[in-house]
Amino acid sequence: MLMNLFKFKGGVKPPSNKLQSNHLPIAQAPMPSRLVVPLHQSIGGTPRPIVQTGDHVLKGQMIGEADGWISAAVHAPTSGTVLEVAMHVRPHPSGLDSLCVVIEPDGKDEWIDRTPIDHRAVPPADVFHHLQQCGIVGLGGAGFPAHGKLTPSKGVPMDELIINGAECEPFITCDDLLMRERAEEVVRGIAVFRDLLQPKKVLIGIEDNKPEAVAAMRAAVDAQKEPFSVVAVPTLYPAGGAKQLIRVLTGKEVPGSMRSTADMGVQVFNVGTAYSAWRAIAHGEPLVSRILTITGNVQTPRNYEVLIGTPMDELLALAQPNPDTDGILMGGPMMGFMVPDPQVPVVKTTNCLIAHNDKLFPPKAPEMPCIRCGACARACPHELQPFEMYWFSRAKNFGKTQEYNIFDCIECGCCSYVCPSRIPLVQYFRFAKSEIWAREREKNASDQAKARFEFKQLREEREKAEKAEKLAKAAAAQAAKKAAEAAAAALTQADDTSGIPEATPEPSSATPAVDAEKSAKKATIEAAMARAKAQREAIQPKNTDNLTLEQQRAAAEIESRRVAAHLIEADPATASSPTSEKSE
Amino acid sequence: MFAPAPFLLKDASVSKVMLQVCLALVPGIAAYVWLISPAILAQLLIATLTALLAEACMLRIQGKPLSMFLSDGSAVVTAWLIALAFPPLAPWWLVFTGTLFAIVVAKHLYGGLGQNPFNPAMVAFAVCIVAFPSLMSQWPSVGLHMPLIDQINVILGLAPRIDALSGATPLDAMKTALKLSEGDLNVSSILTNGDIYGNIAGRGWEWVAAGYLIGGLWLWQRQLISWHIPTAFIAAMTLISGVLWIYQPSHFASPLFHLFSGGTMLGAFFIATDPVSGCTTPRGKLIFGGCVGLLAYIIRVFGGYPDGVAFAVLLMNLSAPLIDLLTQPPVFGMKDKA
Repeated sequence: MLMNLFKFKGGVKPPSNKLQSNHLPIAQAPMPSRLVVPLHQSIGGTPRPIVQTGDHVLKGQMIGEADGWISAAVHAPTSGTVLEVAMHVRPHPSGLDSLCVVIEPDGKDEWIDRTPIDHRAVPPADVFHHLQQCGIVGLGGAGFPAHGKLTPSKGVPMDELIINGAECEPFITCDDLLMRERAEEVVRGIAVFRDLLQPKKVLIGIEDNKPEAVAAMRAAVDAQKEPFSVVAVPTLYPAGGAKQLIRVLTGKEVPGSMRSTADMGVQVFNVGTAYSAWRAIAHGEPLVSRILTITGNVQTPRNYEVLIGTPMDELLALAQPNPDTDGILMGGPMMGFMVPDPQVPVVKTTNCLIAHNDKLFPPKAPEMPCIRCGACARACPHELQPFEMYWFSRAKNFGKTQEYNIFDCIECGCCSYVCPSRIPLVQYFRFAKSEIWAREREKNASDQAKARFEFKQLREEREKAEKAEKLAKAAAAQAAKKAAEAAAAALTQADDTSGIPEATPEPSSATPAVDAEKSAKKATIEAAMARAKAQREAIQPKNTDNLTLEQQRAAAEIESRRVAAHLIEADPATASSPTSEKSE
Repeated sequence: MFAPAPFLLKDASVSKVMLQVCLALVPGIAAYVWLISPAILAQLLIATLTALLAEACMLRIQGKPLSMFLSDGSAVVTAWLIALAFPPLAPWWLVFTGTLFAIVVAKHLYGGLGQNPFNPAMVAFAVCIVAFPSLMSQWPSVGLHMPLIDQINVILGLAPRIDALSGATPLDAMKTALKLSEGDLNVSSILTNGDIYGNIAGRGWEWVAAGYLIGGLWLWQRQLISWHIPTAFIAAMTLISGVLWIYQPSHFASPLFHLFSGGTMLGAFFIATDPVSGCTTPRGKLIFGGCVGLLAYIIRVFGGYPDGVAFAVLLMNLSAPLIDLLTQPPVFGMKDKA
């Protein structure tokens, strides 16, 4: 299968370190003592918890329901009892807590009733709903809900569907093993995506350091007589970045500012996503487990099929970490991060755990000044000028960083990798990006406050005017009433005294009118005070004690949503490229 | 706390970069020692010691870590370039003054490593040629047979500076001969003077230039420098000298003569390629290199100084930030929109 491949500029070739973990077949990880399932595991809203402490759940039972279109459901990874719905540390560099459902397995691993669907027999909207209900998200790293990427862009024909099996990050072999062992189901999943997107071509890109995976995928494609091209792409980090793989396979360059690659007629899915989508469609299985690589400073590196929510320290123990292991690195060494706590759970986007020690990843030598050698610019796959961006980030001249296109940076780490001065360039760029976001948020907030204030002023003026008008009217009415009363009094007086009808009312005759006016005023004031009291009482918070569990959970959920919302905005990896799968 | 990603780093450091630059100078230095004078080694030593001393003092004053910056090798590279650009039998204090000025003023007063807007070695050359024009123009006559110990004594000021030292560079000799003869001599007859000239340029010196060329190509092969600046430099010099040579071969030496004379090769591969003070964008580098080549030729042929590389580099250092700003390459995905 000869095909004209394109090149992207830059890229680096770090030692791949894949051979340690790819020679053993995928093993089934044993059932952990408890499972901590974070509700927020994908880009988008935080799923709402729908179970309570003490509930018995079955494997695959939904425990968090999707909150909006860009969100995906979360399920119980095994059957058991819900111990609590509470805040726990999530696997994120921030080390912040998020709402998790903690489940104690009952050991039966009993499934709920699974309902497969025939994606060709039902309308696409039903398929999307099914995938969302099954919690299918991008497994390449970004965790974008899969159904959100399966609608073609309006007005742009879908040219290519790209399946990402490049796996360019060193150490990681989970996609490699998945393709070797379960190629048939991967290809069936790809066919589902093809049916939904109707692309002109389907290209499966795999780095050429995985010949077994390429062969297995080719065999599966041939066996199912699908017109998919399995393409071995040159091994060059970050060839597995969505935009780099698109470039290599199609020659198209998707600009950093473009929100969705579908606008260029391309869509990219990870092989793992295709596999889990097929399990959901053909078997009705929600996403409750995934394959992940355990490697690094361990005795027996290999791949395991792992339940979502398994604590990482229990998993690492399977591979027998060496005693000098001092932390767990989640993801690859180029874009991954050290987990804040060894007990954090595996989530849908956890593709690799690397036992860290200083021998494997030596501590960085001290940072030197930039000598403008330009090695970073030559390595940058997005053809940026990292040393210029560094300069302006350091000077906190964020406007300039944006002129140098800092938001096109995918944080792949190539620049930091090659820098002879060992400057943590990516960190500087993350700092600059989050500062820019924070300032935009601040500006929005102050704009809103200003608008609120101006409206308040306007309203107060309007109310004042209305009040004055009302008062004037009331006064006029009072005066008229008074005049009428006086006239009436005069009339009666005239009747009583008789004979002097045109006599002017005497001062004493006005007294009852004045009294009436006074009492009316008093009544008005009292009524106003009563109203104010009632209003005050209405505003006063009601009793906050004796909340039901339902209410407590709702409050916790709202709290977590606020926390999560804040985090998403502060997390450059997810916010910078919401629609693209990160390089794995 | 752990450092952030990436956890893998390429085995690269500033010291390694600088060490390789020094290594790349070795073929040129070897030819220098063999064909011109071993006294250059003494000058290299003087310059290196001065540079390290000045660097240490400046770091101490600024409270910067000594070992980290002293071992980065950048001062050594500056020192070597100064020694190689100065006359080999210049008095020790000339190299000392030049190096001191380069490190203290041109480098550290501007902020140290990575901050200097001008190439420190070329600042040293410019300062000394302006301040001590006659000393900077005294080059040993080729074929000078003087024991090494006497040469060292001359450098150290222990022996009188004799007439044999007041020669000129082949480039300077050519210019002076053409000027003095007022048209009686032409380039080809001057080149027949076997005392000064070899096959294509200065006797001996042409091989030193060839050594720099080899070292420079190695630097390019090691990806420590990109092809842009040397290529543009050499192309521009070839072009302008070629046009004038074709126009009037009796008055203008051939491009080959110019490429292998004076500081062309050293300048093209080791000085104009200094990333700190030069351009960094690909198009910017082409403009930068081309202009240095052009200016160097104009200054050395029509100007009053024996060579023009130093002034050409300094003039272009001035323009580098602007050139960089105007030649930013389009980023990924924005090529058709730029």
